[in-house]
Amino acid sequence: MSKAKTDGAITTTQPVKFYQVGSFAVGNRLVDPSLRTVQADAARTNAITSGHRACQGCGEALGARYVLDAAMRATGGKLVAVNATGCLEVFTTPYPETSWQLPWLHSLFGNAASVATGVAAALEVQGRNDVRVIAQAGDGGTVDIGFGCLSGMFERNDDVLFVCYDNEAYMNTGVQRSGATPPAARTATTEAVGREPGNPFDQGKNLPRLAMAHGIRYVATATVADLHDLEAKVERAMDFRGARYLHLLVPCPLGWSSAPADTIRIARLAKESGLFPVFEAVDGEVTAASGIRRLVPVEEYLRLQGRFRHLFDSSGAVAKTDIVARLQKLADANIERFGLLQPEVT
Amino acid sequence: MEKPFAITLDVGSSLANKTGSWRVERPVYIDRLPPCNDACPAGENVQGWLYYAEAGEYEQAWRQLVQDNPFPAVMGRVCYRPCETVCNRAQLDEAVGINAVERFLGDQAIEHGWSFEAAPPSSGGRVLVVGAGPAGLSTAYHLRRLGHAVVIYETGATPGGMMRFGIPKYRLPRDVLDAEVERICALGVELHLNRKVTDLPATMRDDGFDAVFLAVGAQLAKRAYLPAGDSAHILDAVSLLHSMEGASPPRLGRRVVVYGGGDTAMDAARTARRLGATDAVVVYRRTRERMPAHDVEVEEATDEGVLMKWLSTITEVDEGQILLEQMVLDDKGFPQPTGRFEKLDADCVVLALGEESDLSLLTGMDDVEIADGVVQVGPDLMTGHPGLFAGGDVVPAERTATNAIGNGKRAARTIDGWLRGETPREPARHELAGFEHLNTWYYADAPKTERPRLELVRRTSTFDEVVGGLDETNALFEARRCLSCGNCFECDNCFGVCPDNAVVKLGPGKRYEFDYDYCKGCGICMVECPCGAIVMEPERA
Repeated sequence: MSKAKTDGAITTTQPVKFYQVGSFAVGNRLVDPSLRTVQADAARTNAITSGHRACQGCGEALGARYVLDAAMRATGGKLVAVNATGCLEVFTTPYPETSWQLPWLHSLFGNAASVATGVAAALEVQGRNDVRVIAQAGDGGTVDIGFGCLSGMFERNDDVLFVCYDNEAYMNTGVQRSGATPPAARTATTEAVGREPGNPFDQGKNLPRLAMAHGIRYVATATVADLHDLEAKVERAMDFRGARYLHLLVPCPLGWSSAPADTIRIARLAKESGLFPVFEAVDGEVTAASGIRRLVPVEEYLRLQGRFRHLFDSSGAVAKTDIVARLQKLADANIERFGLLQPEVT
Repeated sequence: MEKPFAITLDVGSSLANKTGSWRVERPVYIDRLPPCNDACPAGENVQGWLYYAEAGEYEQAWRQLVQDNPFPAVMGRVCYRPCETVCNRAQLDEAVGINAVERFLGDQAIEHGWSFEAAPPSSGGRVLVVGAGPAGLSTAYHLRRLGHAVVIYETGATPGGMMRFGIPKYRLPRDVLDAEVERICALGVELHLNRKVTDLPATMRDDGFDAVFLAVGAQLAKRAYLPAGDSAHILDAVSLLHSMEGASPPRLGRRVVVYGGGDTAMDAARTARRLGATDAVVVYRRTRERMPAHDVEVEEATDEGVLMKWLSTITEVDEGQILLEQMVLDDKGFPQPTGRFEKLDADCVVLALGEESDLSLLTGMDDVEIADGVVQVGPDLMTGHPGLFAGGDVVPAERTATNAIGNGKRAARTIDGWLRGETPREPARHELAGFEHLNTWYYADAPKTERPRLELVRRTSTFDEVVGGLDETNALFEARRCLSCGNCFECDNCFGVCPDNAVVKLGPGKRYEFDYDYCKGCGICMVECPCGAIVMEPERA
């Protein structure tokens, strides 16, 4: 949405510039190629090539390709990626194969931010300011294990874009709860038993807001459901120097017990319900939020996921109305805080 | 090569890992039948021509359109648009203004003088078409394109049939009709005007025709007995509309009553208003819901001040006054008299009770079955007489120009097959692209562009065209509202959303293909395809 709103190129208020699918589809044969997404380009990098071992319908594989392909275009192909341990690392690099089609470095689970800092520093020493650095990790490697290194990277304002692919638990090791797991979700370590089944309320960390609190230049959230928005944010992040943070929601069919085909649909519902607010912040202040286009109650988002199945009865009707009401309150609070229902949020 | 400690294998690409073997279902590209195409009586590929129009390729759009219907400018004015009734976009915001775009394309063709591709030289049969109305002209057009010689015998002095004598000028300007008829004749159709066929078997034999298409229409007004005084002024709608083509319009008086509830009744009442009637009242024995007239006609008539008198029959006509009896619908919806009467001032009564065909030319052809005043035909539109086909208003069907044009196309195909001694195969119909197959998230919200309408004052006092056309900007906008239901329009979604890069983009106009070496069969492409052009099929074990 933000791209359409900022450049004004594809909006429905200008009759001649209405292009059948507006600004929502990946490509559009009727618009200038420069207005299509990077993913619409047959010559995109494909930063992760075929043959990787991600599960069917993996949101993270999709999200990482979206981010890195956009960053490759924004930097003219001069990009280094540093990867934390996690699914993304494991499914792309089973010895001796690699799916990466860009310089890529893996060290430990928790130190991706520090390694990226080192890469950026080394490039600077060599006078290679044209080569940019991205660090990437799952939510475990970001909000829990890697948080100390990340906080330091933010504090030092190192010239790195850190991308968190948030699938809301430790999927690679068997779906254990992380600091990004949402309330009420069933994981291997927060079972759906007891009076308040699943992950407890009022715990966990909101990393985008923590990043903003560090006062870094640029913080943004996005989902794999709005490619135009995501690519515009990656491109914008590359316009800044210093520490930047992008938090990308990537549904996980395995850990969320959802149909592989529904990965993008679920990401879209996360945003349209208000549970996952999509926004941008510059210098610690929210500057733009993607408004909700078709508001849905949270149960439409929850119902598609087995990790919330204990909130519904066998017919699909809400059984735990109190818990769903609490989740709805979280969504309503986001809608209020970010003004997600205002027609034009800029 | 010297390898580092504990490393024994060379680095390779993951492309060596053919993940397609994981798959239990495979995505397959399909084409579904858009509801508009399905509903079009003329068999137009609506989605197909809109696809070109969206890109501003108007001539190509027009050429796609006239593959099926040689009358876009006429259709864009008089069709009752069954396509828009079923348009999936209506469930999103409003139906696509298909008819308005069709008219725009038709008008562009006239403005720029686009002509049909030359028909092949006549090498097949020689076919007689009786009647130069929409059915006859459409058949002639398609037969010429199939390489047959076509001769039309038309009773009247001008071609067009009911498009000229049944549809008033304010709905269809005559220069538009003339332009589209001339374009058909320019294909080498031999048109003989003022040539009435009275004895069809003799004509077939003497003039050497291999096949005949009977399309004489239905032009005789049905009459009803009405007790009437000597000076009562009664005429029928068909003659009224027909006489509008002459030099001096008929005099109707200030208070005109039209008796009937079809489109012709509406046309007669609207014509009466334009001829100066202050009161034009349609008297109909049933209710609005049961009225055969199309909604758009009723709405436009009401807008122009035509009044409706429901549940009434005329029982007596006198000078300046008629007597109405109120009716009531019984359980089966049939009107029953109530015995309550009322008087209504009327200078003239126009009967619009339907039309019949003059089938006297078939006298002596015992193998042609006539029932309920219409010629009985098979699905191939052939009568019981070998080589004699019939269509349009002479066969049992909805009596609209669009349907007649569709009959013409079907007849041309079956006549062609008959002449070649082959049974023409029905083109396979794809599965319908229902709304449930669409992912409408991807379509931007865009309401329909209203066609400018003439101001009411102007409309009721002149015979200028009522509904205006779209300009290029509007037409383009309207065309781009098409959802392309069931047919890939190359939005790149499948190409973009595949986590395994297993969709290959083949280039503009060539769509995509799946790379089954790597496709894991997750189905995201199917769910995220806006137009429902992908299905998942089980893999065979």
